[in-house]
Amino acid sequence: MKNELYKYDLIPDVDMPAEFVGKIEGYETTETDILDTSMARRQFLKLTGIAGGGLVLAFSMGSSPRAQAAHHGGKKETADLNAYVQIKSDGSVVIAAKNPEVGQGVKTFLPMIIAEELEVPWKSVSVVQSEIDQKRYGRQSAGGSQSTPRNWTPMREAGATARTMLIAAAAEKWGVNASDCMADQGYVVNKSNGKNLSYGDLASAAAKQTVPDPKSLKFKDRKDYKLLGKFVTGVDNHKLVTGQPLFGIDQRLPGMLNAVYVKCPSFYGKVKSANLDEVKQLPGVIDAFVIQGNSTDGELKPGVAIVAKTTYEAFKAEKALQVSWNIADASKESWSGFKKMAKELTANPGPVSEEIGSMDDAITGAYKVVDSYYTYPFLSHANLEPQNCAAWFRNGKMEIYAPTQTPQGIAGILARILPIKADDVEIKQLRGGGGFGRRLINDWVCEVAAIAHKINAPIKMTWTRETDMAHDFFRVGGFHNLKGTLDKKGKLTGFQDRTLVFTNKANGHPVRGGNIRAANLQCPEIPNVRMETHEIPLTTPCGWWRAPTSCSVGWVFQSFIHEMATAADRDHLEFLLEQFGEPRWMGNQTARDFNTERAINVTKLAAEKGDWGKKMKSGQGRGLSFYFSHLGYFTEVAEVTVDSLNNVKVDRVVVACDVGMLLNKSGGENQVEGSVIDGLSTMAAQEITFENGAVQESNFDNYPLLRLPVAPKIEIQWLTTDHSPTGLGEPAFPPLAAAVTNAIFDATGKRIYTMPISKEGFSFV
Amino acid sequence: MATIQIKVNGENRTISGIDPKTPLLWALRDHLGLVGTKFGCGKGLCGACTVHFNGTAIRSCSTAVSAVESRSITTIEGLAEDADHLHPLQEAWIEHDVPQCGYCQAGQMMNAAALLSTNPKPSDEDIDNAMIGNICRCGTYTRIRKAIHSAAGNGGNA
Repeated sequence: MKNELYKYDLIPDVDMPAEFVGKIEGYETTETDILDTSMARRQFLKLTGIAGGGLVLAFSMGSSPRAQAAHHGGKKETADLNAYVQIKSDGSVVIAAKNPEVGQGVKTFLPMIIAEELEVPWKSVSVVQSEIDQKRYGRQSAGGSQSTPRNWTPMREAGATARTMLIAAAAEKWGVNASDCMADQGYVVNKSNGKNLSYGDLASAAAKQTVPDPKSLKFKDRKDYKLLGKFVTGVDNHKLVTGQPLFGIDQRLPGMLNAVYVKCPSFYGKVKSANLDEVKQLPGVIDAFVIQGNSTDGELKPGVAIVAKTTYEAFKAEKALQVSWNIADASKESWSGFKKMAKELTANPGPVSEEIGSMDDAITGAYKVVDSYYTYPFLSHANLEPQNCAAWFRNGKMEIYAPTQTPQGIAGILARILPIKADDVEIKQLRGGGGFGRRLINDWVCEVAAIAHKINAPIKMTWTRETDMAHDFFRVGGFHNLKGTLDKKGKLTGFQDRTLVFTNKANGHPVRGGNIRAANLQCPEIPNVRMETHEIPLTTPCGWWRAPTSCSVGWVFQSFIHEMATAADRDHLEFLLEQFGEPRWMGNQTARDFNTERAINVTKLAAEKGDWGKKMKSGQGRGLSFYFSHLGYFTEVAEVTVDSLNNVKVDRVVVACDVGMLLNKSGGENQVEGSVIDGLSTMAAQEITFENGAVQESNFDNYPLLRLPVAPKIEIQWLTTDHSPTGLGEPAFPPLAAAVTNAIFDATGKRIYTMPISKEGFSFV
Repeated sequence: MATIQIKVNGENRTISGIDPKTPLLWALRDHLGLVGTKFGCGKGLCGACTVHFNGTAIRSCSTAVSAVESRSITTIEGLAEDADHLHPLQEAWIEHDVPQCGYCQAGQMMNAAALLSTNPKPSDEDIDNAMIGNICRCGTYTRIRKAIHSAAGNGGNA
């Protein structure tokens, strides 16, 4: 029954906001919602001519029946259409990028997929950010590393459809069969005589062709790819390096005023009174007022708005603002209190949430028992661009200019908190200066919309760094009292985790990123597993933070497996591979089901390239760690040098990855390099603490981010497999911390049980 | 409230009705509409707001606009000679595809440009010392290092 662990087919790190996953059963996402790239939901595919000649291919996914009807309603048809692909008569191609760009490279790689199947040279392609419109584009979001798996098939279909119709147009012109023609980099070639016609010349005729049945489309063979897998630089790079406006915070509107919104330091405290009259007298201040808020998780917190002419005047007024807070219902939570509580609660048996085999028997029959206690802190997202947004309420309509990860969630929320209709909300998607999950929650959009609703001018609200850190939706901290058992031969026979699961007070479900399951262990061969979980209601807001759940428990479990290997006096690599067992695809063999073959192969590859087993000098160490998250398989080997003062130099990190295939060598590797550095940054000294419901850290002096000199050498190995490509925003992150702490143990014999490592007296140099 | 004159990217600009204590960052962004210079921390901790003051890299979030009155400021918008001639660092940044989100990169490049202007062939250690004040939340440091070396090899001492 050991495989029972995986019967859920659930890697809980893919949880997403309800609005964007569709059906949510409890807090678990259903399988069909995660990887539905089938075309069952595709509603229509349409071509239309454009002014000046050319072709527009409109391609809609996930349309509601209502939208479909609207599109078939005659006159409106053309106006409603929106295109992924537009071919102009000069042969240049415009491709729409549908999802928000927050640094994950999606604005470059989704259009690349279309361009590949369309068979056009990348240099003739220009990319535009599409409008936000569910009817036209289906789901538009940036989260859960899902842009790749969700769009892999639809984007190929968009490109292949246009290519098929261009070929059909050429065949018609030449009076030959389509099968006698082929597409080649912006041209259709007549195979029999070598004649060709450019896409630009064919565009108008192609628009009149019958739209092919998606099932009839022939995708290119991977071996014929000319673009995918290549080093392609970001489409916005020129704008970025010349300082042109792109980000939310860069948005300027005519007559725009600048605002701040001040909330209670203790979460969900309400405004009793404030020195508004005094604040209104300050230079540049236009207005100051209290907003009631609704205290609903992720919506509008109570607070005081200050509207001024300039950002600086708003910031200055914020400093002069004095608020008397009603903290009767505010959070009184304390990190130190939770630490104490966890220690006490997990000292004794707790409620069993999952059990495979019999842990009691494993303990009774054990040759060796290992007990360990791991702690990791709450974290802030610390996007370098603080939360900000512009809003303009005019003529009964609300325009929102948002650097958000979830644009389609905004209208519904605004209709709940303000007297406006969802249909009267228009979202303009802007680039986000880092996402990491923070911008999946649009609390800051609610704030600026509430302010703009009262002011007859466009408003931009900017949070100070201090506000950003105090009012994040944090990565939840955690505690694990672990027990492992070994038999005489050094086999891992049992695993037990006594842990706290923080639950959202509003709904009783585990907080975002806080759903800890036996499946997170990713060791299907252990015959006896027991999870004991104490559910603790939490008020402190928690959010999805890069690789939710995996980002924290990946460290705990991969570190503990190393501990068990050490206790068994066995090689870590061999011990880890034993936990995977035979190469096989578990569960229902979907992308979400654990595939031990892929785990084994990336682990062996990382070990080989990471010189596993090779002798190191005194003071040096090598560590190994694996994790499967967000559909990607990653094994990392870290090499460190540690001096007598516990200064750790990370010399090299080798990363072996299996995400099926790499779509953009540059963007993909940038994500992996960034994940490694983010992993080090997080484990170095980051910790959000709170006392009496208020966050104690405020800026980068007491919540430090890794700096350039500490960045290690990073070597990336891609294992190309036949599996459909999956995302890279997250899965390289979870294995990093354990690879490093295991390496520190290898170098020093000291096991790090508490994150960040500064708590244990270590620092990176 | 005061009227302050500064030279930005070679152009004389007059800002009227401004509190002289306004940080240069907000004078650039809100008053002059030059939004390439970014706000990250407001305390000189992250380097996103780096500009050149008479050729030296400074943190515009922690410099009052009055302190640079009548002086010459270069921002990311003025780093390139002109639209057709990017600074070698800008070219290297594109070629090595340094940015992820890109928010910090204006500050990174302005800081790196100041480094190259005094040290055209920096060593790894020189780069470490010069760039330690600039945070990249996305973790593009290895590419930043590579791009600086590449620009230096390009004669990147403009």
